[in-house]
Amino acid sequence: MSVIVEGAVTGTPAPPRPRRRIDWGKLFTWTVLGWLFVPIVFMIAFSFNDISGRHNVTWQGFTVKWYGQAFDHADLTQALFHSLAIALLTMVIAGTIGSLLGLALGRHTFRGKGTTNLVMFAAICAPEVVLGAALLSLFLLMGVTTGFVAILLAHVMFTVSFVAITVRARVITLDPKLEEAARDLGAGPWTTFRLVTFPMLLPAIMAGGLLAFALSIDDYIITSFVAGEVTTFPLWIWGATRVGIPPQVNVMGTLIFAAGVLLAVINVILARRQASRGRP
Amino acid sequence: MRRKLAPYLLALPAWAWLAMFFVVPLAGMASLSLTSGNVITGFSQTFNIGNYLTAIDTYGEQIARSLFYGLSATLICIAIGYPAAYWIAFKGGRHKSTYLLLLLLPFFVSFVLRTISWKFTLSDNGIVLGTLKQIGVLPADFGVLNTAPAVILGLAYNFLPFMVLPIYAVLERMDHGVVEAAHDLYASRVQAFVRVVLPISLPGVFAGGLMTFIPTTADYVNASVLGGTGNTMIGSIIQTQYLVNNAYPIASAITFVLMGVLLLGIFSYARALGTERVMEVQAK
Repeated sequence: MSVIVEGAVTGTPAPPRPRRRIDWGKLFTWTVLGWLFVPIVFMIAFSFNDISGRHNVTWQGFTVKWYGQAFDHADLTQALFHSLAIALLTMVIAGTIGSLLGLALGRHTFRGKGTTNLVMFAAICAPEVVLGAALLSLFLLMGVTTGFVAILLAHVMFTVSFVAITVRARVITLDPKLEEAARDLGAGPWTTFRLVTFPMLLPAIMAGGLLAFALSIDDYIITSFVAGEVTTFPLWIWGATRVGIPPQVNVMGTLIFAAGVLLAVINVILARRQASRGRP
Repeated sequence: MRRKLAPYLLALPAWAWLAMFFVVPLAGMASLSLTSGNVITGFSQTFNIGNYLTAIDTYGEQIARSLFYGLSATLICIAIGYPAAYWIAFKGGRHKSTYLLLLLLPFFVSFVLRTISWKFTLSDNGIVLGTLKQIGVLPADFGVLNTAPAVILGLAYNFLPFMVLPIYAVLERMDHGVVEAAHDLYASRVQAFVRVVLPISLPGVFAGGLMTFIPTTADYVNASVLGGTGNTMIGSIIQTQYLVNNAYPIASAITFVLMGVLLLGIFSYARALGTERVMEVQAK
């Protein structure tokens, strides 16, 4: 552990009296983290707001009734269902073809590798509004109707590169000796892949798939271009802003957030346990 | 023979997908941007460069505003994100992953919902401003929403992790021994930072800058929700022209103008750093 340049980074002068040193870096980081949580705290609090009209802006009393009526807006529930279905399908499709591409990029040299990298880089960097507008242009020119399938095509397109670079990063760090050892022990290429390579890549494939899921379920901009008549969760919220967001939206947001927290906590506990046991 | 084919077979599905739904659509949009006509009479290919002139002429203001907002948000993200990434990487100790987790947790809540939540938090008579007005700290006509700072701060808020993570990745991987070496060679804390840590972390800042500047410049959710009518960004114009006005030729021309402006930035980055390096930083 090295002790270094703290004041220089935060740009704060050294405390005048060194009697009790304030850890400015820590204070700063916690302030930033606090800032990030402001709208989340607000969203959770207002899922318990006992409102009577359509506008959930001022605090009117505590209630848990919205949790009982979470699925009372049929169209909101359906939008959430669309979002989940598209995110799951995106996770599976982009997870599969992205992992294959990541494997090719990390393991092999082949013609078109440079172009592939460039296209992936462009697809990751391109602003969503450009991706959405381009897809809609294609669908218009071809006379294809927009909707559920169009959203799925779009989501796989913009997440596949993220999966590929996640898997590629892992493939590069794999020790080729392990596969050689498997071959020396008489395993064919398929057996080697199934028993040696794939299990080692699995964490990266899972991470890539989860990333695809998260990007898909959160997407508003691209989806808004190609959705046609279909509504997803973000699209429904957007549409409801003018007439007032019902507390059910806060409830669903809170539940999704809670699920994410739960997953993250489990992940941290598992990582801790593995670390304390020593890596296998 | 089979070994030689393997990479092509592995890459084929993703190639096909990216070609069909990323490369071809861009070409389609290019062709659409040169057409004339309207949605009633139909569109015909006339190689009408005039669409681009109209786009620049009519929406130059929104493009300039978008660039300004995007750049401001990116600079704020660097100013906030660098110290935080630095502190987590160097002082986080064994809680590093917990800090990163806390940084990412808010992003489990949908982007649109987070932004709308800010709108309610900051509304003129909402929980923050309303309370401050009641106790007399702020004048009754004070407002935050529908101003440029509200949009810029909203953008910075929503894209901060894209800045912190690449910087953190670089700082975390660097050999902390080099800083000690600098101190052994009588570098002050400031010198050690400016001449050792900062140069090593620059690729992270560049990658973060790219991943923040492009989406913030093209975003319109923050501008629509927090900025009201006076702070329209170019993304909003594109969406309206496509989905509301069905003015596809002009809409696609505006999109290409935006892309051109952004591509200039990307290419200068890519040339300076090499795409592989920027992407690697991003992947970590």
